[in-house]
Amino acid sequence: MRSFTFFLVAALVGLLVFVALRYFNNDYYFFAGYVVVQFIVLATAWNILGGYCGYVNFGSAAFFAAGAYSSVALHKFDPTKWAPSIFGFDIPLDFLAPLFPLPLPVLIVFGGMVAGLIGFGMGYLTLRLRGAFFAIATLALAVVLQTLIINWDFVGGARGAYIIRPAVAPIFGSYIHYLFLLMLSLAVIAVGIARMIERSRLGYGFACIRDDELAAEASGVPTLKLKLIATTISGALMGMAGAPFPYYIGYVEPGSAFGLAYAVNSIAMPMIGGTTSWIGPLVGAILLGTVQQVATVTISSAVNLLIVGVLLVGFVIVAPNGIVGLVQRRLREREK
Amino acid sequence: MPLLEVENLSKRFGGFVALDGVNISVKQGERLGLIGPNGSGKSTLVNCICGTLHNETGSVRFEGHKLDGLEPHRRTRLGIARSFQLPRPFASMSVSENVRVPLLYTVNARAGAKIAGAAVGERCMELLRLVGLDHKAKKWPQDLTQVEMRKLELARAMAAEPKLLIADEVMAGLSHSEIDDILALLRRLNERGVTIILIEHIMRAVMSFSERVVVLVSGKKIADALPEQVIRDPEVERAYLGQ
Repeated sequence: MRSFTFFLVAALVGLLVFVALRYFNNDYYFFAGYVVVQFIVLATAWNILGGYCGYVNFGSAAFFAAGAYSSVALHKFDPTKWAPSIFGFDIPLDFLAPLFPLPLPVLIVFGGMVAGLIGFGMGYLTLRLRGAFFAIATLALAVVLQTLIINWDFVGGARGAYIIRPAVAPIFGSYIHYLFLLMLSLAVIAVGIARMIERSRLGYGFACIRDDELAAEASGVPTLKLKLIATTISGALMGMAGAPFPYYIGYVEPGSAFGLAYAVNSIAMPMIGGTTSWIGPLVGAILLGTVQQVATVTISSAVNLLIVGVLLVGFVIVAPNGIVGLVQRRLREREK
Repeated sequence: MPLLEVENLSKRFGGFVALDGVNISVKQGERLGLIGPNGSGKSTLVNCICGTLHNETGSVRFEGHKLDGLEPHRRTRLGIARSFQLPRPFASMSVSENVRVPLLYTVNARAGAKIAGAAVGERCMELLRLVGLDHKAKKWPQDLTQVEMRKLELARAMAAEPKLLIADEVMAGLSHSEIDDILALLRRLNERGVTIILIEHIMRAVMSFSERVVVLVSGKKIADALPEQVIRDPEVERAYLGQ
């Protein structure tokens, strides 16, 4: 299937999901669905670096938070009160005032750029490391970034920041419907990008890096450049997933934005689904995300991480290549 | 101007001197044999030429360009291809996809005509046919035997359309007739203008193939002459058989 057709089909599926949820006429489904779809974006983004290139990123929460906090910063930013001075001249920014508050899609793009830049920087500093050392470095990045945010008063520091979201959104009526649709569009875009990469020259390059970097270089693959592309795309998508978060949750503090759940889930979901193809993170996120949402209402919200842990251990033992790997093996056996 | 010029090349690993002031010059279209006992620095030399390792002193020139500090993939694109002594296939890709990578990233990254679309697949099959692996195109590297993996290494190196091909022990473990097949293949490549450096322990192959033989012993070049002269060289004899 051509990429364009795939995008059309994916968008159509997304629209169907949206219409179906509206049919239930219960906002709870949108609140729960938002989290599931957000994890589709995170898992898919993680997989571009972790699954395709084989570089395990433990710092997903940092990229997510970078997106969330860039939204907070832009939300708090008041152009009438701040005038940067260059060489002693104050430059008034009043003319920007009518643009604020910025619409959410703009915040998403901005959050993506910020997180993408962080991804690029992290890649540049750490990609000479391999395996466990790279994973530790990404973990360290998350800690450094969290410390910076805690000490940045403008976005609330350790106290956190309140974002009062509008009660209604234009066209959609309910704001959560609007948020859900935005996240759904992001998911369609993320999955589409992942699938496009997988079938392109870039995808071959990424797979070579995962298999054997020395042999990849010998075959003419510019490994460092490709790894930087991967960290940037992966980081940007995670940031985009984080940008609407303050509007969803209403109150952001470092502990929640840098939550362990984001780092763990964005690794566990592709692992459970299967890391070698775009379907894996999608299946993993839908499955695990839904189970978590159901567990939250039926048992308790604390049981979430336990479920993830048990499932992850189970899958590592029974199906190390995830659900997709399991299905592929069955198909191959049937061929024989 | 020689195609490849290695000048006063030295490489140490801690206190161990792997290469000690090696000078080698290879002419365009030549067939050079490189021999030496285990641990004599043959693979280190290849790694320095291909950029996997960085030499401390001396320089490597290819078609007059200084290669020092250049990343391995740039050297591959300039026209130096190698096979690895221990095969390093891309394990998650099929055999034909393995060969596809250098086509996409080396041949199509150079200036000039690009291979597009279906032609890439055809070219892959053609290369696999050359080394006798076409019937395994859809298999995975894990399904191949050691010997077939060596052939895959060679096919992948050839796919980069190199000017200089460094074959690092591609014949180890092969039968007599298979060695002859590979030698014939390398000769055909050479006739098309590809310069070849053959690193091999199988003397029959090296002696029949090479126009010139270089002998490395403990990181030093001790002989550089015609094959028949090299085997009669008392110093070479001493290095191989002991005194």
